Amino acid sequence: MLNRTADNVARATPEPLAKKIRGISDKGLAWLFISPTILLLLAINIFPLFWAIYLSFTNYRANRPNDVVKNLGFANYKRILGDQDIWIAMQTTAHFVFWTILLQTVIGFTLAWLIDRKFRGHAFWTTIILVPMMLSPAVVGNFWRFLYEPQIGLFSYVVSFVTGIPPTNVQMLSNVEMAPWAIIIVDTWMWTPYVMLICLAGLRSIPEYIYEAAEVDRASNWRQFWSITLPMALPFIMLAVLFRGIENFKMFDMVNLLTGGGPGSTTEVASITLKRQAFESWRTGYSSAFAIILFVAVFGLANIYVKALNKVKQR
Amino acid sequence: MSLTTAHSVVAPSSNAKLIAGTIIIAYALISIVPLLWIFATSFKTPPDSIAYPPKIVFQPSIEGYCNLFTTRTRQTPEYINSLGPATGVCDATVRKRNMVIAGPSNFLPRFVNSLIIAFGSTFCAVFLGTLSAYGFSRFKVPLADDLLFFILSTRFMPPIAVAIPIYLMYREIGLSDTALGMILLYTAVNVSLAVWLLKGFIDEIPREYEEAAMIDGYTRLQAFWRTVLPQATTGIAATAIFCLIFAWNEYAFAALLTSGTAQTAPPFIPTIIGEGGQDWPAVAAGTTIFLVPILVFTILLRKQLLRGITFGAVRK
Repeated sequence: MLNRTADNVARATPEPLAKKIRGISDKGLAWLFISPTILLLLAINIFPLFWAIYLSFTNYRANRPNDVVKNLGFANYKRILGDQDIWIAMQTTAHFVFWTILLQTVIGFTLAWLIDRKFRGHAFWTTIILVPMMLSPAVVGNFWRFLYEPQIGLFSYVVSFVTGIPPTNVQMLSNVEMAPWAIIIVDTWMWTPYVMLICLAGLRSIPEYIYEAAEVDRASNWRQFWSITLPMALPFIMLAVLFRGIENFKMFDMVNLLTGGGPGSTTEVASITLKRQAFESWRTGYSSAFAIILFVAVFGLANIYVKALNKVKQR
Repeated sequence: MSLTTAHSVVAPSSNAKLIAGTIIIAYALISIVPLLWIFATSFKTPPDSIAYPPKIVFQPSIEGYCNLFTTRTRQTPEYINSLGPATGVCDATVRKRNMVIAGPSNFLPRFVNSLIIAFGSTFCAVFLGTLSAYGFSRFKVPLADDLLFFILSTRFMPPIAVAIPIYLMYREIGLSDTALGMILLYTAVNVSLAVWLLKGFIDEIPREYEEAAMIDGYTRLQAFWRTVLPQATTGIAATAIFCLIFAWNEYAFAALLTSGTAQTAPPFIPTIIGEGGQDWPAVAAGTTIFLVPILVFTILLRKQLLRGITFGAVRK
């Protein structure tokens, strides 16, 4: 009897009032929780982005703030797309992205595949292998300059010891042919563990019963690898490739410290060109236009990434 | 390859394990050599560090650490003899090279800047990230997927491209070369990681806990505070360490937007020079001090590493 009365009272109480008694409504709370983040991103990311878009149509120079700013229309964009140096920088970037990803994927997957044999102590050695990727690319990259020094550097010494080339001739950073590879080697050293870790997760996600079934069907190890292991780990490999691709497209730290874009402009990737134009030549309008073009390119990649991510999640 | 063995038919043979183990250990040892070399170089004297062939066995010295923390001037032996006895180990070490300590170097203030900026931005990013992640996880937010993608997309812009307008904006509002400016910037970069990671962690906490708490008379806010937050501690800690590592390691923004008072350690360490070029033992000493915290964190984090580096896309 008493219960029914309480029920009736509860039913008679209007919905919004019930919510107010409990504090802020859920909808209000959701916005209260989310809006600070959105506001911060609007202030630090979106507002500057729109500023950069505005500047990209002008001849503004940050070192001469009092000059009259002229509207140039699309002149900056036209000049960039016709600029030989920009295209060379894009090719250099593509060269880096291609080789670092190829090396890191092949080595990283192989390492993951070996670790998945679960030999004794594999967890410990996996942790050791993972260390380089957590370190500051700038601080460690800077130290590689020392390892690459001709004669006194450890890397040059080992190379000359193994190959017999005189130690003073192993010039990794000042040689036009070798400088891009010097950077590719450091990047591969640092980020192969990253690809390895993601591949390892992929390999471990393959259920054992599939292999058991293949074993019953007498599929060879070779066949099992190509028909089970690789296809099932592929979404993970793709994820690693996309992450690395986007990161290496932005590559700046290591190049800036190892070669600074040199010798000449042989290692001048897009980020280095951007830095030279924006913070050394102070062509702010022009470099903003280049930055916008890079935005658009990276945004394309970001979209591919999200699509791939969703595909992985659907499995 | 008999089916009668006790263990699983697909378990690798002991031979395969041996070969795999050997290759992995060899790779691990080779990949760790540059780090061991940094550590070793930090205890070499400058002449030992540039000896040919590179010295593996050497007399350890703390000269690198002394040079890292001090600035020195060259003096005549007569002047040095006229001084009293050396006041400390470093004093004695530099006097052997006809130098006297002139004062502290900039390393310590730069290191402190790194600490302030890394911890400050981590706190802000995790605070904002936890709130947003809870919002996205528990409520129907209109355009949630678009907002989440927007939050993530800010991470895909090349830092130099972001730095141009930030440089101009900070110059206008007086945030150039300030710790506050760097904290705001790193918070904005890290909050995307924090939201994505924490949303994953909070999604895993059953809603039933809060619902039970709310039936017991808690408000939504109290339920969040008393039941969700304690459950999410591990996730929040892991996220905080990832944010900390990013802010600690960051170089591009720091190099372009700070020059003096707010400069962090990564752009400073490469500029440590001695007489006639880079003072490698001092650089190695600075690098060692800078890397040790990250090594400790990496070991603490190893179970969450995968999740962190993929923005929560792979959870294992």
